[in-house]
Amino acid sequence: MLRLVQEIWIYNPLEPSNLSNEKRITNHESQTPLEVKTMKKLSQTQSIPSKTIGVLALQGAFREHRHILERLGVGVREVRLPADLEGISGLIIPGGESTTMAKLMMDYQLKQPIRDFAAHGGAIWGTCAGAILLAKDIENQVDAHISTASDQPRLELMHTRVRRNAFGRQVDSFQASLEIVGMDQPFKAIFIRAPVFLEVGDAVQVLSRVGDQIVLAREGKLLASSFHPELTGDPRVHQYFLDMTLEP
Amino acid sequence: MLRTMENQALENQVATLQIKTGFAEMFKGGVIMDVVSPEQARIAQAAGATAVMALERVPADIRRDGGVARMSDPQMIKGILAAVSIPVMAKVRIGHFVEAQILQALGVDFIDESEVLTPADEAFHIDKQAFKVPYVCGAKNLGEALRRIGEGAAMIRTKGEAGTGNVVEAVRHARTILGEIRAIASKPLEELMTVARDLQAPYELVLYIHKHGKLPVVNMAAGGIATPADAALMMQLGLDGVFVGSGIFKSDNPEKRARAIVKAVTHYNNPDILAEVSEDLGEPMVGINLDTLELKERLATRGW
Repeated sequence: MLRLVQEIWIYNPLEPSNLSNEKRITNHESQTPLEVKTMKKLSQTQSIPSKTIGVLALQGAFREHRHILERLGVGVREVRLPADLEGISGLIIPGGESTTMAKLMMDYQLKQPIRDFAAHGGAIWGTCAGAILLAKDIENQVDAHISTASDQPRLELMHTRVRRNAFGRQVDSFQASLEIVGMDQPFKAIFIRAPVFLEVGDAVQVLSRVGDQIVLAREGKLLASSFHPELTGDPRVHQYFLDMTLEP
Repeated sequence: MLRTMENQALENQVATLQIKTGFAEMFKGGVIMDVVSPEQARIAQAAGATAVMALERVPADIRRDGGVARMSDPQMIKGILAAVSIPVMAKVRIGHFVEAQILQALGVDFIDESEVLTPADEAFHIDKQAFKVPYVCGAKNLGEALRRIGEGAAMIRTKGEAGTGNVVEAVRHARTILGEIRAIASKPLEELMTVARDLQAPYELVLYIHKHGKLPVVNMAAGGIATPADAALMMQLGLDGVFVGSGIFKSDNPEKRARAIVKAVTHYNNPDILAEVSEDLGEPMVGINLDTLELKERLATRGW
């Protein structure tokens, strides 16, 4: 019983012990002292800090992303309608059910505004279902009954071809220690009915693999992970994304 | 206690508690729909369901037909597994761990140890930690929720009163659970062992509630939700997502109602959108007033 409780505690993103990343935050501040200072000043007088990351909140694990971003000191806005995109400097598309999110994205006319956001240099990160929505291409699954596989609405932004549920059903979900390009220490990653990137375009940088399967990739200001950094409390991929939003 | 969750540090582990509860997080802000055929499963997926619950009869029909309600025919479940790409859940009788072994072998993504089926064991629930597949269980109050989590449940839902189309019991259970959580969060530490005794709940989980002010797993609404407004009500009360059983396919226009409930759960705090999606949905399921139900007809009294 004790072990069970400890495990539950481990994954809780609110747990301060999971977010002992003060050093990285300090580094981040020293790189952009002016902007951070301005943000702090503003946040004392206004309710919205000048740097705000949007989290698509149509469905799924958006709250976990929110918690980690808030620990890193950035403002967060939940995005459900096109107007919510106004003024954000980055957008995270969370894990959840990609067919549900795709449907709500189309029903509430979010596709084009998100594409416009990317076209104007906005950074976007998709985790799991979010990575599927970012892809140009979704593999048409062998089972012909699955009509939603290839014609599923998506953002078609990133030059990737994804396979959904690439490792199998829920009983095949797993956790693994990942080597990620640019990170000294391995990253504990949780794969839940996870997709993989079967093919990537020339401009896509592969940042991590499981075996020979691509699970983390970047193209310009687009980032896609087939695992869930929002569930483990380790903020390094979130920090990486925040740094991306600051790039010109 | 040799469990799969032993030696967390090892690589490429499967079926850890973190994977199970993490999967449950993916259903938040979504709607899980009861379906009885591959055709209904496709309609549910097209409407935006985050998962389908495969069963032979929806709770309203189980109520009407009487008799013993059991796990569904594996052939029917396989048909639904092949029909959709979204996760598929299925129900087992309380305490019937062999039905659960069968569902796990079929590749079902989540098991509901459900009071809607006729209980197989009047004293003991399933040891859910022993399974690779995660479990969702119903609860009327916090003690019951924590006992199920102690047994290994990765998701909790209110029991409500399934098959009635009446949201009153789901509201009662949600208010009870959330109220008890708020009460524990405000108590001093030295009172918590007594709280654990009174709730008949594991002490460590009471400590977790005290520290975090919420359940350690996803907390969904179920049992009597029939309209978009019902679904948004449960979300505003503070639950994470919604199960809709008989409410969709027992209504006039299942497709339209399903889509409306999906939108209502996403935009639960936006009355303009709620008004728009509630419009012209046709007749909802007829519904049953709870005071016409005798105690023995109440499904929520099953399990402890």
